[in-house]
Order: sequence, then structure tokens, then C-alpha cells
Amino acid sequence: MKIEKILLDHGSGGKLAHQLTTDLLLPLFNNPLLAPLHDGAVFDVAGGRLAFSTDSFVVDPIFFPGGDIGDLAVNGTVNDLAMCGAVPRYLSLALILEEGLPVADLKRILASIRNALDRAGVQLITGDTKVVQRGAADKLFINTAGIGLVPPGVVIGGDGARPGDCILLSGTMADHGIAVLTQREGLRFQSEVVSDTAPLAAMVQAILAAAPGVRVLRDPTRGGVGTVLNEIALQSKVGVVIDEALLPVRPAVAGICDLLGFDPLYLANEGKLLCCVPADQAAAALAAMRREPYGREAVVIGQVVAEHPGRVVMRTCIGGRRIVDMLSGEQLPRIC
Amino acid sequence: MNESSRLFAEAFRDPALAQCLLRSIERRATRPMRLMEVCGTHTMAIFRHGIRALLPSNLTLLSGPGCPVCVTDTQEIDAFIALSQREDVIVATFGDLIRVPGSYTSLQKESAEGADVRVVYSAMDAVQLARERPDKTVVFLGVGFETTAPTIAAAVLAAREMGLANFCVYSAHKTVPAALSALMANPAVKIDGFLLPGHVSVIIGLNAYRDFFQAHGIPCVVGGFEPLDILQAVDLLVAQIDAGTPALANGYPRAVTADGNQRARAVLAQVFTACDARWRGLGPIPGSGLAIRPELARYDAAQRFQIAVVEMPPPKGCACGEILIGARTPPQCPLFRKRCTPMDPVGPCMVSSEGTCAAYYRYHDANGTG
Repeated sequence: MKIEKILLDHGSGGKLAHQLTTDLLLPLFNNPLLAPLHDGAVFDVAGGRLAFSTDSFVVDPIFFPGGDIGDLAVNGTVNDLAMCGAVPRYLSLALILEEGLPVADLKRILASIRNALDRAGVQLITGDTKVVQRGAADKLFINTAGIGLVPPGVVIGGDGARPGDCILLSGTMADHGIAVLTQREGLRFQSEVVSDTAPLAAMVQAILAAAPGVRVLRDPTRGGVGTVLNEIALQSKVGVVIDEALLPVRPAVAGICDLLGFDPLYLANEGKLLCCVPADQAAAALAAMRREPYGREAVVIGQVVAEHPGRVVMRTCIGGRRIVDMLSGEQLPRIC
Repeated sequence: MNESSRLFAEAFRDPALAQCLLRSIERRATRPMRLMEVCGTHTMAIFRHGIRALLPSNLTLLSGPGCPVCVTDTQEIDAFIALSQREDVIVATFGDLIRVPGSYTSLQKESAEGADVRVVYSAMDAVQLARERPDKTVVFLGVGFETTAPTIAAAVLAAREMGLANFCVYSAHKTVPAALSALMANPAVKIDGFLLPGHVSVIIGLNAYRDFFQAHGIPCVVGGFEPLDILQAVDLLVAQIDAGTPALANGYPRAVTADGNQRARAVLAQVFTACDARWRGLGPIPGSGLAIRPELARYDAAQRFQIAVVEMPPPKGCACGEILIGARTPPQCPLFRKRCTPMDPVGPCMVSSEGTCAAYYRYHDANGTG
């Protein structure tokens, strides 16, 4: 399909977003560091290896249960660096403000940025602010970029999964997606669901220490666990099998998903990670994750297999099997 | 959802009970049997739980015309798009509809061109939008079966109560029992039993199928949507077919009653009246649509905006029409997975999340998984 106009689906993190990157961006900018299309790039500099990543934040609404656009902007980039195996160190912050934004809102967001920086142990070392006229942005957009140090010997990539590896997930799925959704205009309803936004770098270092053979680390943000598992299967040229009965979903999240016709496999997480670990190190990795504050509910959700390369298959609760495809298009509510 | 309701829901996914039902189905499915699930939510649930692969091979599950977006005629989609192109109109719709291609374009593409198209989660949101935007007329696109139609009827009544002049509905609603009769009249359709829709039946009740059942004497079972609900309904159907004793049975008694939801039916009758409707795949079916009653004409977008649309042939090669009646399966369509994908759908069965082609695309591969 030829891209003629940008549609909202191009930003969904699913198939169209993937197409936008491969059709429009890669042909112009491709190089060996960009090509892996990982969450961040890892490269050598004199005396060490650095990870570098950037991310923009346009969440609506800007305040939601469990967080706001400020801590999301810090954790998002911190986590992208962490998924390279790096220890995040420095962040940049660029604010694009809409004319008329209440300063009280801005102050509240800056305070949560401050808190998130402290929690993640990173320093803000450069920044920029722009203001655009009313309507040219929606309240505020944030871009952050970050640099982290990759410890010697750490090699993490989306293409590293091998048959036999265990797939671990650090906690429940879809909390962020549902927390934001319940605040959307026209869909407001009472729920106990809060966003899981959290920095994951400390957990990554704990996993690396306990299971040095860890091969893949990914944070399943937009597109959710289902899309990230597909990316791992494609990039590593392996099959993935997951068990429905093992997938952790909070009851409230499961209920809201049932009601609105969403699949938690495709909803965003902002404080969870997926890792592929050789089977003999899986127990150690799992124990390390569960000792971390953001990994207490970590579980094994499946295995990497040699069969059906590029495909993710789910064993359902009742013993059936079905494909878990990459998200195509935004998830939309049911109408009957 | 609290702990007890979670346990309640999980009880309908119990693997041991599923095995019991599967063994029972296997025992009774002694010859080839073709069942049709009429509801898109059933189609999706069957795939999501991997039920097809668990059933004996001589049992075929066909997906029927039960996805409201899929059976919406191209001319109706073209009318929706024509409305969205008007400067004085805001179109409000459920989400699934925005990607459905009309003859030339879709609501999503028109939205990228500047049309004001809003995705809402209930018709009342569209009423609220009309209150906030007195400068525009908000047209709600009424697509769906008896499940959603009462909520849209209630929104019309609420708008009248508020004296809102700038809210109206373009009704492309369809009703299920009339479509069942049309299916049976089609010689291309070969079905041994119907898995009847759960949600629709909550509203209309089991008795709404009585005339249809008496006319055709075909096994009919209303089913719920959890894996055990579906397996139980299939088991009941297979038992009826095996024994040669067709019946109209309720396999979803925790939600479906004989007479349905009286209040919803009353609201429905207050706002809508039966009309002839065109279904994609089935063509015109007498009495299978819902039109806004003449006394509420000011809330009827079809009356307010005389939209003229030209009849266009269906997209070349698209088999949606045959897929909707179970005469072909998606992999038998030449466009499936090639020219037609969820990212760039040709036919409506690929667009809607409850469409048969979308279900096959997402959950099924040629190796028989799913």
C-alpha cells in the first residue's frame, strides 16, 4: 500500500508504523547503527560503549491515574536505554507548549519530571522550550533524548532469541493503556486501574547480573506485548509460543477490555519489560526480577521455538491454539 | 471487576469442562455437519480461543452475516462519506466504521482531508457533542443490530427531550431474524444448524426466532461468548442434528430470556419501525432494516439530508458477499492476504474487528493453527 497521507494508524506502533519506518525513513537514513531498529542505538566511543535513544510524548490526557506526561517522558527514554542493556545517565528535555497552557499544569509536570529523574538516577543536562499558537499543539508535547553507558560484554538485540529460550514478562499487561483510556473524553469511567509508568534500568542490571546470557530485552509500549513478541520472532527468525493461562492481567483491566472489546496483548505498558533468557538461566532471571520493586509479579509466559519462524502462537486456556498477529491499526471498540 | 465476578468469568474457561464438552461433541458428530455462527462476536471468540482446531474434522463452522459493519451496503457507506464531506456536519460514529472503504474513499481518509469525523463510544456522546456544537449538525451513523439499536433509540429520545435541533441519526440498522430467513431462501447456503447470537438475543429474546424456526425446522441454539458457552451451544446443535430432532434452544440462559429485554424493546419500537434493507452479500431483504418513525423525522438524517448515491459494482474479485453467507471462506478469496489486508482493506469483512476475513487474517494460518 502506497502511503499518501499520514493516518492515525501510522502512529499505532503496529504494522502501519512499521511500514512508515521501512518505506519512508530507512531508504534515506539507513546505516548499520540505525538498521536494527532497536529502542536505542549502541555504539563505541573512546573508552566505552554508549546507548543513545530519543522519544516524543503526546499522551492525551496529560494527567492520568498513576502518572502524567512528565514522568512518562523520563521513564520512556530511560527504558529505551535500559532495553539496550545500558545504565541511563543523561537526558535532554524539549518542551513544546501550546499558548494558553496553565502554568500550574506546567509546574505540576515539571515536578513529576524532577521526581522521575531522581527515581531513575539520571541527570537532565540540556533542554529547549518552544511555544506555538493555540491549536498548533495540544497543551504540551515533550521530547526527551538520553545517553547511557553499556557495561562491557553486554550484547542485547532484537535478533538474539534462540529456540529453547524462556520468555519472561515483568508484570501485568495493559495497565497504562487502560488507565489512559478510562480518562479519554467520552469514555470516562471509574476504575482502580493506574498506569504502570516506571523506570526499568535497575531491573535490567539485576537481570544482567543474575542471568548474563539474557539475549533480548524489550519494553512493550505501543502495540503491547503481542506486537513486541512478533518483532522478536521476525528479527530473530524464530517462533514464539505463549500460554494464555500464564499471561498476567489485572482483573479490572481484563473486565474493561472485555467490555470495550480490547485485547490486553495489544495495549500499551510503560513500566514492563519482556526478556528472552536461556532456559538454564530463566529461574535466576525470574528471581532477580521479582526482587525488584517493578518486577514483583514477573512470570514466564512462553518459549522460543524453532518451528513457525516469524510467528507467535498462543496456547489458549481451553487447549486450543491460535496465532497472535502484530497489531494492525488502532484497537477500536466493538459495535455489536 | 471484583474477585467473585472474576472467578465467575474464569469458570467459563475451565479446561477440564472444555474437554468433557469436546468429547461429547466428538461422539455425536458422526457425519459431516455444517454450523453457522451468525454473530461476529462469536466468530472472533471462536478464533481467539482456538476452538476451530479442537473440533472434530467433520464439523464445519461457517461465519454468517453477523458483523454489522460487514453487512452495511456500499451505498450506505457512500452516503456516510457524503455526509462527512458537508461543511455543516460533524459525523459521529463507532470506531469500526471509519476504515470501511466506500466506492472511492473511507471516513478515515476523509478525516485526513479535513472532514470532521468523531469516534464515539455511545450515541449519547454524540448528543452531548451536538449540545456543545450548536453551529453544526451532528449526524450519528446508526450501524448495528438489535443489540446497539436501543441505545441509539434512547439517544434520539434524549435529544427530543432536550429540544436539540442539531442532532440526527442515519439509520442503517439491521435485524437478525429477517436475515436468517433470507439465508435459508438462498440456494447457495447449506447449513445444518444455527448458533444464534447471544447479545442480540438478550434484547429480542428467544421467542423472536419462533416464527423462523417453525418455518424452517432447522436446529437453532442461542450461545454465549465464553469458550464453554460456545462449546455447549455446539454440543446442543450437534446433538439435535445427530438425533434428527431440531429445536429452538437457549444455551445462554444466564443472560437470555424468552421475551428479551422489554424496556429496550419498547424504546426500540418507539423510535424505529421495520423497513426493507439492503445487506452486503444478501441483497435486499424485506423488513430487515430499522427506519426512524415518521413522527421523529427531524431526527432522521436520511430525511434531512437528501443524499444521492450512485450504485457501484462491488470491488473486483472481492468475495465478501459469498463469505457473508458461508458459501466461501476467506482463504478462497483471490484478494485475501494479497490485495486485501487489515491495513488496506478492499471489502468490509477485512475491516471490522469482527469481520470473518479479519479473524482469519489475525488468527488463522494455512497450517491449520487457529
